[in-house]
Amino acid sequence: MVDYDERLDATGLNCPLPIIRAKKALAGLSSGQVLEIVATDPGSVKDFEAFTRQTGHSLLESKEGDGVFTYLIQKA
Amino acid sequence: MDTTSNTKKMALIATKGTLDWAYPPFILASTAAALDYEVSVFFTFYGLQLLRKDLNLKISPLGNPGMPMPMGMDKWFPVAGTALPGMEAMMTSMMKSKMKKKGVASVEELREICIESGVKLIGCQMTIDLFDLSPDDFIDGIDYGGASTFFEFAGESDVSLFI
Repeated sequence: MVDYDERLDATGLNCPLPIIRAKKALAGLSSGQVLEIVATDPGSVKDFEAFTRQTGHSLLESKEGDGVFTYLIQKA
Repeated sequence: MDTTSNTKKMALIATKGTLDWAYPPFILASTAAALDYEVSVFFTFYGLQLLRKDLNLKISPLGNPGMPMPMGMDKWFPVAGTALPGMEAMMTSMMKSKMKKKGVASVEELREICIESGVKLIGCQMTIDLFDLSPDDFIDGIDYGGASTFFEFAGESDVSLFI
C-alpha cells in the first residue's frame, strides 16, 4: 500500500472527466507527490495508462475491485 | 508563436451544430489540453452554434439510422415517425437525461474546461456574415478569422481533424 498526498474522487464520471480532473489535481501537487484517483469508468484503465505515458507522470498502481478502479499517480 | 518548443499542437475544425456532434470537438480539445497540447478549434458553418452564449443544442433522429432508439422506438416509428412534430424535443431531452445519468459532462461544462485550459476558440467570420449573426450572440474571449487563420496554426499541428 503506497501512501498518497491527495485523493481525487472521480466516481460516476465518464470520459474525459476523470483525466481532466486528475490533470487539475496534479497541477496542485509538487514533483514526487502522489495522487490517488478513484473512478468507476471502465475506460479509465487504458486512459490513465495513456495519460501517464504522454505526460511523464508515473502510474504507480492501477487496480480494480467491485467495479471501482483505483490509481496512484506520482507527479513527474 | 514559439516554433522551437516541443509542445504538441492540435487543430480542429468543428462544422456541426447538434447536441451529439458538439461532443467530439470539445472532448478532444479538453483532453488534448490535459495532455499538454496547444489546441485551436475553428468553428465554421453550423459549428458556430457551439459558441453561443445560450447553448440550445438539439439532437435529431431524422436521417440518423445509426441512432439507438430507446424502448424499440425504431420499430414503432420507422423513418417517417422520426419526422413527427415533437420528436426532436423528445429525443433531445431523453439524450440529455441519459448523459446526466451516465456521468457524461454537459457541453457547457466541456466548453468551460476548454476555455479554462487555454484552448483557443476561433469563429469563422464568413459564416457570421453569411447568416447575419452577431458577435454579441457568442461567448467572450473568442477570436474571429478565416481559412488562412486556420492554416496559421494547422500548418504547425501534429493532429488536425475535421469534425
